[in-house]
Amino acid sequence: MTTDTTTSQAPARDTVLDATGVTMRFGGLTAVSDVDLTVGGGEIVGLIGPNGAGKTTFFNCLTGLYIPTEGTVSYRGKVLPHRSHLVTQAGIARTFQNIRLFPNMTVLENVLVGRHTRTKEGLVAALLRGPRFKKAERESEDRAMELLEFTGLAAKRDHIARNLPYGEQRKLEIARALASDPGLLLLDEPTAGMNPQETRATQDLVFAIRDQGTAVLVIEHDMRFIFNLCDRVAVLVQGRKLVEGTPAVVQGDERVIAAYLGTPFEGEPGEEELAEVEAAEAHSTARTEGDDTA
Amino acid sequence: MTMTTTDTTRATAPATAPGALPLPAGAARAATAAGAVLTFASTFLAWTWTGAFPGNLTVTGYPGGLQVLTLTGALLTTLFLLAGHGIRGLRWLTPGGTNSPVVLLALGTAAVTWYAAGAIAFTLGGLVNLEPGGWLAAAASLLTAVAALGLPADTPADPEHPPTDPWQRLRHSLRAPAPARARTLPSWAEILLIAAAFAVALYVFTYGIATEYGELFVGFLLLTLLAVPALAKAGLLRRVTALTAKHRNVSITAAFVAAAAFPFLQSDNEFTSIAVNILIFATVALGLNVVVGLAGLLDLGYVAFLGVGAYTAALVSGSPFSTIGVHFPFWAAVLTGAAVSLVFGVLIGAPTLRLRGDYLAIVTLGFGEIFRIGMQNLDGISGPSVTNGSTGVPQIPDLELLGYNFGEPHTLLGFEFTRSANYFWLMLIITVVVVSVFRRSDTSRIGRAWVAIREDETAARAMGINAFRLKLMAFALGATLAGLAGTVQAHTVSSIDPEQYKFVEAVPPNSAFLLAAVILGGMGTVGGPLIGAALLYLIPAKLQFIGEYQLLLFGIALVLLMRFRPEGLVADRRKQLEFHETGQLDVPDTDGDTPGKPGLSKAEA
Ligand SMILES: Nc1ncnc2c1ncn2[C@@H]1O[C@H](COP(=O)(O)OP(=O)(O)OP(=O)(O)O)[C@@H](O)[C@H]1O
Ligand SMILES: [Mg+2]
Repeated sequence: MTTDTTTSQAPARDTVLDATGVTMRFGGLTAVSDVDLTVGGGEIVGLIGPNGAGKTTFFNCLTGLYIPTEGTVSYRGKVLPHRSHLVTQAGIARTFQNIRLFPNMTVLENVLVGRHTRTKEGLVAALLRGPRFKKAERESEDRAMELLEFTGLAAKRDHIARNLPYGEQRKLEIARALASDPGLLLLDEPTAGMNPQETRATQDLVFAIRDQGTAVLVIEHDMRFIFNLCDRVAVLVQGRKLVEGTPAVVQGDERVIAAYLGTPFEGEPGEEELAEVEAAEAHSTARTEGDDTA
Repeated sequence: MTMTTTDTTRATAPATAPGALPLPAGAARAATAAGAVLTFASTFLAWTWTGAFPGNLTVTGYPGGLQVLTLTGALLTTLFLLAGHGIRGLRWLTPGGTNSPVVLLALGTAAVTWYAAGAIAFTLGGLVNLEPGGWLAAAASLLTAVAALGLPADTPADPEHPPTDPWQRLRHSLRAPAPARARTLPSWAEILLIAAAFAVALYVFTYGIATEYGELFVGFLLLTLLAVPALAKAGLLRRVTALTAKHRNVSITAAFVAAAAFPFLQSDNEFTSIAVNILIFATVALGLNVVVGLAGLLDLGYVAFLGVGAYTAALVSGSPFSTIGVHFPFWAAVLTGAAVSLVFGVLIGAPTLRLRGDYLAIVTLGFGEIFRIGMQNLDGISGPSVTNGSTGVPQIPDLELLGYNFGEPHTLLGFEFTRSANYFWLMLIITVVVVSVFRRSDTSRIGRAWVAIREDETAARAMGINAFRLKLMAFALGATLAGLAGTVQAHTVSSIDPEQYKFVEAVPPNSAFLLAAVILGGMGTVGGPLIGAALLYLIPAKLQFIGEYQLLLFGIALVLLMRFRPEGLVADRRKQLEFHETGQLDVPDTDGDTPGKPGLSKAEA
């Protein structure tokens, strides 16, 4: 397996996520095959690859939604159990490729649900409504409002989530994920369906999240977004990790371009080809969206 | 579905839309007014010649029975028409829509009047039995309704999709704008308004329960079913809701006082005992609403938990037929009943709630039947002797709390406290407990997690929610609340047997009716199951003549309701937008996952 682990500037100070040998088979189909990936503290790592490469499946393996056929995932040195809520409890939060908000809850309630793992009040406390319960509720709400300010949704706190425009639904999903105070945030195509301005705003948001100390692993088809954003990029093709390295390394790797264009590629990869890749990419993004909303 | 193409060719100015019928606005208004006044006047005439039709509609100058309902309808129509016209001193009646309430009220009045005329002709055998007064009433109410349908709509037509066919025009003419924010009145005035609102509600409810014959009840239903939406269109309900939200404690007290005052307003003890049964039914329905409405778990055997509580309480009640022969004090019986229900809830829930989808429905359906048949067979012949089989546990003694015997009438301060009234108040306390459990759990971390699971279980898990634990919690809480109600039910009915706890039966509460009460009333709300249960109890109790068609009629009613108001009579704040907002962004749904390994869900992408 050719893995260009020419890890650039990010000196793996403390590894947040360490996935080793993750394999996921669905019957005869191997969606993810022996993938290793690490994410360090304060790092933004990109995960790219053509449609059906297994990126989302890999995310599902990381977050306990799928039980990987082989391999282990550990978070800050501890092996994660294959239970979705325990993974979140441990400190990994995620968003979904096709937005999965709680559509009939308000914006604020959505974020409050994200606080679930960081609060303790049980049913008895809720029924008795003691001072401690009230304090906890107030604190949750304060934190939720903070996150809504952070994502620019504060004015919409009492709106029903399903009525938000698409871009704001994506932001709300991020706010909800951040509510669990994660050490690692997994974003699955956060800019799908966004216009260039919204994409730019999302980019700034991801930087801001990183600056607050949360590492980010992001799947995206928008190459400009990925290469602007990420410290490191891994390329997944047909379930295998093809290349990993700095944006510059990945951008220049001919195997990546070949994989994207689907034909053996000869000659120097240059600006022209890159443009072609992007065009193909934009095309496939459009297709994915079409599929999603169908 | 992709993004809707934003069509920028909008019409210039929003034109006021015509009503359902193309009449000139002025003429329509005048005719509505004239019709309403005529209808009003007609109720003072004799509608029929003989007292054989109940309610005595033969007297001139004194409206009775169904005439009173027509009179009320005509009066309300007139008032709202005048209010909409901007008459000083009445404008507070219509802060929202002005014409749509009139349309609904006129339709309601016409419905009652025509029903009355039809019932007279049907009961007495022919239209000849209608006196001129009856003909006048029918004609005038029809005129009012037709003219009201010609009133212009309250909201401008959507320039892109102007209503074309009459049905669409009718629907459009019934749309009303939301009321503007109310002026803040001094606190005492607002509290007075709340008190008045609850007094009106109590009066209407009492009137409904105390209707003495089926025809009057049908008339009452027809009028209320159209008058309540009329008040909603006028914006009055929202105003009241805003006030109650502002003065929550006052409102809760007012509601409680209004409910507690009910037995005092009854001349007939029978109505109080109906009210006790409604309370039991409503309380259990509210408990079911935790399970169904909040956590989204379909429980088809819920009445069994009521049965568990009732049987437990009966066995420890000291009844001579109890096989245990102990006599617990009431508080201990309540705790035991609730605890035993809780245990059963956990036993049923634990193995099934790990799975997604419809397994729970099937298992609970089975449990409901197993409970009933189990109680039948624990008779000492087919199994150990515990429950006396199909005889059940009769002669459950009346409760005695602090020397106060619930079975005997007491007279205090000149008021008679009958047996039914005693149990009514006890049950009311249980209802209050269940209401506050529902409300408090709903607006907490736990309640939000339940709703999140209901909305999207995969996302909820990904947010760190232990779905299994929380579902089990909801299920067990629901079981406990039903068991709690069951302990009081056992004493109220004083004799229980397995046949009272069926899946479906003519008399509520049973599992099917409980679920129907929740769905019909409005899932996830407090008011919904209470109203739903009251309706589902009263309709069969008052309308004996529908008899064997009862289930058929309920089926039809449910289908119609799901078609036209899928959120139920009382809409949950969280749900009301779900069904009626169109053109919204599509949010991927998460329908039943394929049965697989626990924790696995469908492909994400
Ligand atoms: N639950 C499942 N059962 C069977 N096959 C699955 C399942 N989930 C994913 N797959 C398959 O695994 C492969 C990888 O899918 P995945 O969704 O991970 O791709 P992706 O890289 O996220 O693609 P995209 O860019 O389109 O989102 C696809 O062939 C898909 O059909
Ligand atoms: Mg994907």
